[in-house]
Amino acid sequence: MKIVIVGCGRVGASAAELWDAAGHEVVILDISTSAFERLPPTFGGSAIRGDGTDEDVLRRAGVEGADVFLTLTEGDNRNIMAAQVAAEALGVGQVIAKINDPVRANAYAEIGIATLCRTGLMLDAIDAEIGLPPSGLPGLQPSIGNRHPGGEHEDQGDRARSPSDVAAPGAPVEA
Amino acid sequence: MFVLVVGGGKVGYYLAKELIDSGHEVALMEKDPTRARQIANEIGSIVIAHDGCEGKYLGEAGCNRADVVAAVTGDDEDNLVICQMAKHHFDVPRTIARVNNPKNEVLFRHLGVDELVSPTRMILGSIEQDIPVHELLHLAALGEGELELIEAHLQPGSPAIGRSLRDLDIPESCSLFAVVRNGVATPLLPESILQEGDKVIAIGKPDAESALHGQLIGDPEAFAAG
Repeated sequence: MKIVIVGCGRVGASAAELWDAAGHEVVILDISTSAFERLPPTFGGSAIRGDGTDEDVLRRAGVEGADVFLTLTEGDNRNIMAAQVAAEALGVGQVIAKINDPVRANAYAEIGIATLCRTGLMLDAIDAEIGLPPSGLPGLQPSIGNRHPGGEHEDQGDRARSPSDVAAPGAPVEA
Repeated sequence: MFVLVVGGGKVGYYLAKELIDSGHEVALMEKDPTRARQIANEIGSIVIAHDGCEGKYLGEAGCNRADVVAAVTGDDEDNLVICQMAKHHFDVPRTIARVNNPKNEVLFRHLGVDELVSPTRMILGSIEQDIPVHELLHLAALGEGELELIEAHLQPGSPAIGRSLRDLDIPESCSLFAVVRNGVATPLLPESILQEGDKVIAIGKPDAESALHGQLIGDPEAFAAG
């Protein structure tokens, strides 16, 4: 599989190391080259310095042909935006975004982005350890919704939206 | 009207101030507590010193009853998420985002943000009025800038060449009304066939521009399929 990871922190670097060792094609991006020091010298994938929310950067990194796109930076919104660029502009089928805010994690799962919420995952692990019921917060949520909320479902190939899809609904706003 | 402004930089601050002066109900979210206090001292207790990207705080700020949410922080990704949360989670009828990287405009529109304001694009437009490098030339902003007068120079490869206005898929918020051919301006009729070298004059909302570009110039920046 070709896997692209945005964010070379502990989780990103560990995932890159493991998947590379398992024989997958791994591309990892970070805005800081020093982050790549977390990668082992044996790492055989590509490490690219660049902003993962920038479509041009992602295109150059070869995201278009990726099987999986995973965003793991410390910024929820960066993760969300990068994931949507990969899904919507670059046509990646499986996209997972780390979103630590449970409200945002739920909301984006509903609009078609698989989300990973550290808050929920950790609380559930702790609850299990100390014998309390699960928190009910989102952990890993598959994408459960339509990628194009507010409009009809569109084909992956149909990128152009008609103006009626994007126009403000309802009456004009009064001054 | 209740307007929720997110981002208390210069844009958010003056926006909130103007809106209050025109009699609207305004709430301003600014995550930096020092800046939030500073604004509150000047324009009153409408400031919420929390991050407007957090769903919880958006809810507390009354996002669910906002008529308009304006996301005007300096970060495109924050503005995108604020608008998407407002739209899809809180059912806000109208969302407006400040976009700094013009390349993000297509994506943001595609993802359902109702209106985009791009300072970069506006300044670029002003410069290009003097130096016509692009095929879509901004001749003038009309009214308060809600409409633009645009000229499209049909170059080889334009999908509009050999077609009539009737065959083109022109956005409703845009009107093509004249064509300049060999230095002569004539009204553009629905059945007029466009030719290479024509200059088509249009009036439209700025948000119709990318669609117009696609129809008249060709659209290399559109989302590639697959």
